[in-house]
Amino acid sequence: MILDTVLTTSTAMVAQTAGLLDTDSFLVSMLLKVALVIGLFLSLPLIVGYMEHKAMARLQHRRGPMFAGPAGSLQLVADGIKFIQKEDVIPRAADKWVFAIAPGMALVPALLIFFVLPFGPGVWAADLELGLFYALAITSISVLGVMMGGWASANKFSLIGGLRAAGQLIAYELPLILAAIAVAVQAGSLSLVGIVESQATFMVAGTDINVWFVFPQILGFTIFFVAALAELSRPPFDMPIADSELVFGYMTEYTGLKFAMYLLTEYAGMVSMSALMVVLYLGGWQILPGVPLPGCEAGGGLFDCGVLGTLIGVGVVMGKILMLTFVMVWLRVAYPRLREDQLQRMSWLVLVPLSLVNLAVVAVAKVVF
Amino acid sequence: MSASDLSAREISHPATAPGENLNLEIVGDGAFTTADMTLSVGPAHPATHGVLRVVLEMDGERVKSAHPVIGYMHRGFEKLAEHRDFRQSMALVNRHDWLSGMSNEIGLVLTVERMLEMEVPERAQWIRMLCAEYNRILNHLLFVGSYGLELGAITPMFYATRERERIQYLLEAATGGRLHYTYNQPGGVKIDLPKGFLQQSVELIPDLRKRIQDLEDLLLGNEIFMARTKGVGPLPPDVALSFGVSGPTLQATGIPEDVRVTEPYLKYDEVEVPVPVGENGDSWDRFYCLLGRMKASMYIIEQIHDRIPSGPVNVKLPKMVKAPEGSTYVRVENPLGSLGYWLESDGGRTPWRLKMRTASFSNVQSLPYLLEGTLVPDAISVLGSVFFVVGDVDR
Amino acid sequence: MATTSLPGVGLLKGLGVTLKHLFKTPATQLYPHERPDLPPRTRGVIALMEENCTVCMLCARECPDWCIYIDSHKETVPPAKEGGRARTRNVLDRFGIDFALCMYCGICVEVCPFDALFWSPEFEYAEYSMDLLLHEKGKLREWMDTVPPPPALDAGAVIPAEVSDAIAKAEKELEQAAQQAEQAAKQAEQAKAGDAAPKAAARADEPKVEAGEIDQETYDALIAEGKSERIARSKAKAAYVKKQKALLREVASGAGREDEAAAEAPAPKAAEVHVEAGQIDQETYDALIAEGKPERMARAKAKAAWVKKEKARLREEAESGGDAAQVDTPAADTAEATPEPEGAAGPAADAPAPAEAEPPAEPQKKLADVHVEGAGEIDQETYDALIAEGKSERIARSKAKAAWVKKKKQEQLDAGGDE
Repeated sequence: MILDTVLTTSTAMVAQTAGLLDTDSFLVSMLLKVALVIGLFLSLPLIVGYMEHKAMARLQHRRGPMFAGPAGSLQLVADGIKFIQKEDVIPRAADKWVFAIAPGMALVPALLIFFVLPFGPGVWAADLELGLFYALAITSISVLGVMMGGWASANKFSLIGGLRAAGQLIAYELPLILAAIAVAVQAGSLSLVGIVESQATFMVAGTDINVWFVFPQILGFTIFFVAALAELSRPPFDMPIADSELVFGYMTEYTGLKFAMYLLTEYAGMVSMSALMVVLYLGGWQILPGVPLPGCEAGGGLFDCGVLGTLIGVGVVMGKILMLTFVMVWLRVAYPRLREDQLQRMSWLVLVPLSLVNLAVVAVAKVVF
Repeated sequence: MSASDLSAREISHPATAPGENLNLEIVGDGAFTTADMTLSVGPAHPATHGVLRVVLEMDGERVKSAHPVIGYMHRGFEKLAEHRDFRQSMALVNRHDWLSGMSNEIGLVLTVERMLEMEVPERAQWIRMLCAEYNRILNHLLFVGSYGLELGAITPMFYATRERERIQYLLEAATGGRLHYTYNQPGGVKIDLPKGFLQQSVELIPDLRKRIQDLEDLLLGNEIFMARTKGVGPLPPDVALSFGVSGPTLQATGIPEDVRVTEPYLKYDEVEVPVPVGENGDSWDRFYCLLGRMKASMYIIEQIHDRIPSGPVNVKLPKMVKAPEGSTYVRVENPLGSLGYWLESDGGRTPWRLKMRTASFSNVQSLPYLLEGTLVPDAISVLGSVFFVVGDVDR
Repeated sequence: MATTSLPGVGLLKGLGVTLKHLFKTPATQLYPHERPDLPPRTRGVIALMEENCTVCMLCARECPDWCIYIDSHKETVPPAKEGGRARTRNVLDRFGIDFALCMYCGICVEVCPFDALFWSPEFEYAEYSMDLLLHEKGKLREWMDTVPPPPALDAGAVIPAEVSDAIAKAEKELEQAAQQAEQAAKQAEQAKAGDAAPKAAARADEPKVEAGEIDQETYDALIAEGKSERIARSKAKAAYVKKQKALLREVASGAGREDEAAAEAPAPKAAEVHVEAGQIDQETYDALIAEGKPERMARAKAKAAWVKKEKARLREEAESGGDAAQVDTPAADTAEATPEPEGAAGPAADAPAPAEAEPPAEPQKKLADVHVEGAGEIDQETYDALIAEGKSERIARSKAKAAWVKKKKQEQLDAGGDE
């Protein structure tokens, strides 16, 4: 089913801008793209995870991992090795097949979204015409894996966790999409690269000062950020795994690699959501609004940047992702968690109306200016 | 609900076999048939910090009824005490509530001293107070941290642990123990404070104030925290009294009950003991009282710094302390509430009977009342704010 | 109550508090690399001073967990003196503490009447197997090296009796010695009108310096009585001073004349000793500190030990006509070592000596002082008290004997004082 979706979307959507990896040979470009995506998928979550370990520790006045690798940087690798060694326990009453498939079900969408994310000038696997639509559609599949895990574990805590996750997703998908639509309206494009491009040329009305969408749409950005947190089950919206209530929610019965897959999903989700925010609101790989990358002047400041420019562009995107994920970690450190009904209330009574207002304002502004 | 229901093992999937093994009420009919779910929180659950088991009967996430099941940590303290002399009992009573060792010890020595009509040197009494107040702060810091943890805030626990470390070091310098002090003996304390203790203590208090302000900023005024605790698990004063609830949980209901004020022991009548009170008896008020009690303790410690006299700290004891025949009951303010020891002696070297009235046990009694009708997250919020130590419940 | 006026202020505060900590040095202790600085009273592990243990079994009996295992056998010690009675003593075969059972209440350390058990803050003795937590006496003895000296007490504390007694005694002895020196100097001046000043100085210093030495016989007797080492030492000291004074008086009254010529050599040395009386004997000091004695007590004792050693050396030199003979001071070691309850009784010869001495007025007064001071502590009634208390026969017997010796001495001294 997933594969189907992917195939239809990828064939139906025409690639817009050719990336660096698009060569004459289809096979070579495909291999390169897969390598890029898999490489990023396996490394970025680890980097973010390490950042979380360290940042959280320092925010909490402690040191975090210190001994695995230099300054504990290989801690997550060590954790991975540990997970591999663990016994793979399947509860007797579990629905075995669903239980086994669920973590993969959660993981694959988190991987697929990486295919459309632009990580720098030309550094993407595919620039789809409906890239934003694809990204938002794919992210919501992840929760299926979570629900499956929660149900299949034959554990009441898991079940409640899974249900909470589902409820949370339904509640927060809407403001997330509404906020994103406002950006698409303003950019006039659903292509993620197109949105970056339009931010590079977006001027404050009546002047030639270039700004990113985060400034006109600060409200939309806030809504998107909060909704993304909820969708990722990150604190303060981590009710699906609330450890003091539900032990570990839908992950309670999982061990070893399956558990690691869920964790990887969470961190990959953090990366992809942050990357989406970077693209939608923070000007992609631009260093500052109106400041082109070195070497990019020729290509309108965005493409054909040369080796140095590309590397700096990738670095800028990574930096922005790390900044956003740091804020996520910071919130986790600073706040207690909300209650499920409060979360629902906040979504339906606050975020959805606000995002509608935001959309309306943006649409009107688009027409007027 | 009978005991066999509580222990019934269920193997089939809870969703595929509604109510089959669970002896539960089936609600509704047709396609909308739902079953109540029994959720056993504990005995090993992150929120119960100990081995308390609370069986929740739930309709969805709403708790229909709650049954605390206690006794997983019963260690027979009252019986053990009958076979230990008073010195040995001292090592026993600082263990039933392992977070309030000093107060427990003081409770027992006061009991023995009253039976013996023993004169305790002034300085010893002040030292006992000093240590007891530090112990109180230690206890409350842990609960502040763990309550944050129960609401999903991880950081307060780390900050609280850091502060606890400093106080524990201080108490360790005086008593040699970090949790189980064994510092008191009938007639005083074992040995005087070491040199520099009071100086360190004086320096510690302002730091502690700052740190507790941090904790307060992190939680008490936080909107999310308020949303999670305000109006959650309100306990009316009369219900609280009828359950025998005491300590911060009772003070939160607006009753300024504190044994240190109402029945002063040691030298508490010579210092000012502020008693924080809440308004609604909800989780927020309970937490507020907990923080308030820490501040009160720091204030008391400052008064002790000014007033602690010099002199001996203990009296010469006979080889074997024997309480005369008779009985007595002594109440002290444990960090978690009122702690009472009923000592019945037949004149021998061991108590004939030592009955403990522990704060945690009474506080836990109010759980079924408080949990009924709450949501699971609120149930946890209540469970964390009705302060108890499982060892103190089960003894 | 803390209420925030603006919505969101509480949220910002939370962010602020955590951010503030981001820039602070973490509070974490790097434990395996950085050892925690534990206070000396920490109850980490129990150490056994095997030499002090008399197998009285108090610790094992009082232990609430019964985690102390003691085995012993009786041994017969040949009589110390001709015609004395053979004694039996307990010899420790096994002393084990099972730290898997121990609940670290400290009752054993507290009840030990002979200072054989101590707390050490060491805590790194976790094992992979529970039976390895049973520490036998060898291992317990090793922990002894880690026992820190107890911390000084708070300024408001009452100084414990042992320490205050020791200080008072030391001060008193110093005072006495100074007075004696003064008097002796005066005497010498009167006797020799100036030209024999060095000798006078030497003689004058002698009693003062010797205040540090002890009378072995008295010491042993008191120890056998079961008195604490401290009391025994101070009394023995007093007895020694008494004897030395008697000797001095003899020298002064005649025999000393011959030494006039030779006196010049030892004189400066004696003066030197006098000047440096403030020094301490580091060895003794360290030993006592390691034993867990309070710093003040250790210093006082070490001072005495130093003076004693110095003096012994000088006397040796003086006696051998000024040749610097290196003298080991076994007496000092014996004195500082832990008491051996049934140790060999010292030479009994000189006990009545003070009574025979010629009585110059001032020394006699001093003698009486010393005597009173020494005699105040002993009571025949302790014997009955001990029996009533259910003490072992051995202790009661030895105490009875010691009490008898004491009494006899006292009578003699009294007689001497009355003359």
